[in-house]
Amino acid sequence: MKLIVKVFGKISEEIGESEFMIEKSDNIASLKSEINTIYPQLKDLKFAIAVNKKLSTDSDKIPEGAEIALLPPFSGG
Amino acid sequence: MDRFDRHYNLKGFGQKSQQKLQDAKVLVVGAGGLGCPVLLYLASVGFGKIGIVDGDLVSESNLSRQVLFGQHDLGKNKAEAAVQILRGKYNDIELVSIPEYLNRENVTEYLHDYDLVVDGSDNFPTRYLVNDACVLLGKPLVFGALYQNEGQVAVFNTSGIQSVNYRDIYPIPPSAHEVPNCNEAGVLGVFPGIIGCMMASEAIKLVSGFGEILDGKMLYYNFLNHSEYKIELTKDPQSEISRPKSANDLMQMDYQDFCGLSSQINWEDVIPLMEEFGDTVLVDLRQPHEEPELEDIPFIRVPMNQIHLKNSELARTNTILLFCQTGIRSMKASKLLQEKYPDKYIRSISGGINSFDLNL
Repeated sequence: MKLIVKVFGKISEEIGESEFMIEKSDNIASLKSEINTIYPQLKDLKFAIAVNKKLSTDSDKIPEGAEIALLPPFSGG
Repeated sequence: MDRFDRHYNLKGFGQKSQQKLQDAKVLVVGAGGLGCPVLLYLASVGFGKIGIVDGDLVSESNLSRQVLFGQHDLGKNKAEAAVQILRGKYNDIELVSIPEYLNRENVTEYLHDYDLVVDGSDNFPTRYLVNDACVLLGKPLVFGALYQNEGQVAVFNTSGIQSVNYRDIYPIPPSAHEVPNCNEAGVLGVFPGIIGCMMASEAIKLVSGFGEILDGKMLYYNFLNHSEYKIELTKDPQSEISRPKSANDLMQMDYQDFCGLSSQINWEDVIPLMEEFGDTVLVDLRQPHEEPELEDIPFIRVPMNQIHLKNSELARTNTILLFCQTGIRSMKASKLLQEKYPDKYIRSISGGINSFDLNL
């Protein structure tokens, strides 16, 4: 079962897509390492992660069919 | 009939909500791409008192998006110019200009007088500073920020310490060059107008109680395809660790350093360094049209887009001091040059020409 990952800002620019599919991980921490394996260029970027449009922390579990979002900070004004 | 007649007629808004706006005092941080549309609308809807804090001067490249200003405003301080323009439009609101940048020394004093803060600044140290000061002082914060064609809008700190704030989303700031600002990444003039209008709407709704606000939520908006993505935010106990807990903590917090902007010096250090090291080269990284010119100190001009090219003056010297408008390009250039010349003493001048003090 794959998960959909929506990406924003610099992350979208780095990978050239606004979303991608990824194998399901059990929690956020393992999802992060999976993402870093596929897209090593994201390794040094800071971003928040949302699961089903809710901000999450590393220990949060990821339910079946969840929608993930990678949310980098913006500073421009 | 008065100038708010259409507000009175609007179902669910009316005179009561209008009075709340007229009793409210709002501080707008930054009169730039976001600040200009924010200010136009907060003034037109009749906020009772509007403070504008910005130490920057109007330059030509601002005019495509900073819609308060025109060609005759070039070189003027943005906060002062904005107040002058808005005074010419309305005589029934109090307008205060603060022609300075916010910093850890002045932030508490300047925020103190206001009921809420709208942050349209353009750099991470200021965003963390404003967030932390709002949490400490219990002021609601309307937040908006851009990256190229995408924007973020949120409302923080509406009900004190239990509310979500910026650090709950981003407890660790990005490294210095991870997220370019509008000067570096470019932006189409109309887009900050959209995000700025969203920010003004949130401030108006927050004060008047009209409709729903992005309280504890963050909205991502994409200008190119109109897609929106709204996230529900939650408190992160980890975020509390690095947040200053008192006014004194905040005074001790080095926001530049926290955001990875060290290896910098201040203008006070420039003359002593030039005297000590006779071969010191001071470099202006800005484009020739950017104002103000540096006077009385010898410098060479190497625009940022040419910094990677061969330059015999830089190659020859051992001490290179870099400045730009705000200290962002110079930080980037110092990293580039330090990689190229690991043995040279290369420093970025903090805050750029904007923090140059004529009294030095």
